[in-house]
Amino acid sequence: MITRTNELGPAGITISSTEFLATVAARELAGKHRVFAGVGLPTLAVDLAMRTVAPDIQLVYESGVCGAHPEGMAEGIADSVLVSGAEAVVNMQALFGYVLQGGHVDVGFLGAAQVDRWGSLNTSFIGDWESPTVRLPGSGGAADIVPNARECITVLRRHDPGAFPAALDFCTSPSPVRARDLDPRAVPPGHGVSTVITPLAVLRRPDRFGELQLAQVHPGVQIDQVREATGWDLAVAADVVETPWPTEEDVRLLREEIDTVRLYLR
Amino acid sequence: MSEVKVRGLSEAIAEHVEDGMTVALEGFGHLIPFAAGHEIIRQGRKDLTLCRMTPDLIADQMIAAGCVRKLIASFFASGSAGSLHEVRRRIERSDPEPLEVEEYSHYGMYGRYQAAAAGLPFFPLKSYAGSDLPTLNPRIRKVEDPYGGPDIHVVPALAPDVTVVHAQRADRFGNVQVWGIVGAIQEVAYAAKKVIVTVEEIVDDEVVRSDPNRTLVPAHAVDAVVHVPGGAHPSYAQGHYDRDNVFYRDWTAISKDPQLLRSWLQEWVHDLPDRAAYLEHLGEQRWQDNTVGERLSGQVDYGRRSS
Repeated sequence: MITRTNELGPAGITISSTEFLATVAARELAGKHRVFAGVGLPTLAVDLAMRTVAPDIQLVYESGVCGAHPEGMAEGIADSVLVSGAEAVVNMQALFGYVLQGGHVDVGFLGAAQVDRWGSLNTSFIGDWESPTVRLPGSGGAADIVPNARECITVLRRHDPGAFPAALDFCTSPSPVRARDLDPRAVPPGHGVSTVITPLAVLRRPDRFGELQLAQVHPGVQIDQVREATGWDLAVAADVVETPWPTEEDVRLLREEIDTVRLYLR
Repeated sequence: MSEVKVRGLSEAIAEHVEDGMTVALEGFGHLIPFAAGHEIIRQGRKDLTLCRMTPDLIADQMIAAGCVRKLIASFFASGSAGSLHEVRRRIERSDPEPLEVEEYSHYGMYGRYQAAAAGLPFFPLKSYAGSDLPTLNPRIRKVEDPYGGPDIHVVPALAPDVTVVHAQRADRFGNVQVWGIVGAIQEVAYAAKKVIVTVEEIVDDEVVRSDPNRTLVPAHAVDAVVHVPGGAHPSYAQGHYDRDNVFYRDWTAISKDPQLLRSWLQEWVHDLPDRAAYLEHLGEQRWQDNTVGERLSGQVDYGRRSS
């Protein structure tokens, strides 16, 4: 398994894998407005984005909270701190039906255990469905978010052929490519997964019916290394760029203002 | 005059929950009816079909206690606390026994309650096109749109025999008021044949009627109202007490070890008569750690006709 462990950044700060991924993810939110955020890395990333590149983000949670203004870091999508001071708390038909399926979410922010070349996600099973090696958390809202959000960003903590297989063990949340293959008339409105952030690279899917492409490599990572760590013949964009390091200010915000109790920062 | 429905918890569970029933315990991260779940364990109910969007620790506990034959749910972990190991052991290794599972996405599960609440056969939604979920669970089906649109997935109505929910307050008739995250409380109450509501407070009729928009479940949908302060711990009740995050984090280690899990159930459920004893066992200090400060809402004026 290839993960990014503690490394020395350019400013002489040791940066953890979580801090690095959260910073890369936060920058992807520049210019976005309504973000449907999960817990963990997405919590760190949206908070950092609001303090840096995207001050106008409106946070939406599947618990029904819209426009959260938490006074502390949320320990879950249904944390009381998200409710106090929020702009709205709506019921679940309003949240999943009107806000999400009605087309008001710009970005869905999700984790996954496996991603395939079209950006379909597995969060359900590793191994055989009947007697799985690992019973993963399942859909939750993921199978509702991926088809209906304008686009989705996915963050994975590992990059190897197990996490990026040629074929998923189970497709929980499908790419529009899979939906089109089954029924061209019933393709959901969303782009599906547009961006995948990993410990090695950023993959992008600029075409709604296209494949993921290697668009960005993290400092010190070679293009071939990413291709070898991917379970299919990964396409490479014409102009692969290098991911900039987190700034000292990014790291300070994460440690001293966002996750002061080190709940998600590891 | 409306009927007064105030009951004791053991009385309400004994009256309404029978072996083999389909029982929904809802509350989306908030207001999870733990005290009622523990009473179901204490009374030794068996072969239940347990419905919960997010099973949470309460499902892990009820399954470990041998109450549950089948789980209908849309998530199989516990948010920040990670895996529910009793659930995983049963699904991955049938250890100590298999657990039948019927799974949906959140909107699908919620839609099932909505359909049942409204007396409809099914609920249509745009999720699942291309997903393996309909293959895994053939109860997720596709129907033709009679108005000429593309075929659409539907989920069947889910009408539990009994629903138990927890709320901040109700009056003696069972007009239930909730604030904060409402989850599927209203839908699952109307979906079920019988409804038990445990509450932090039973308040005067006039308190409820001073703010009728706050009533999420009207009394006509409720069969029993039970006063159970602290009944949602270790989850929370907005404005009353916060989630006991330490408990949630500790659960991972407890549920990972079947022996430890069984002795936890013995100590915290079987050996205690009720929720008051549970809170006493938890201790004043632990309770104080999760108290919350005041953040009052503003007031609205409903108006009064002057003549």
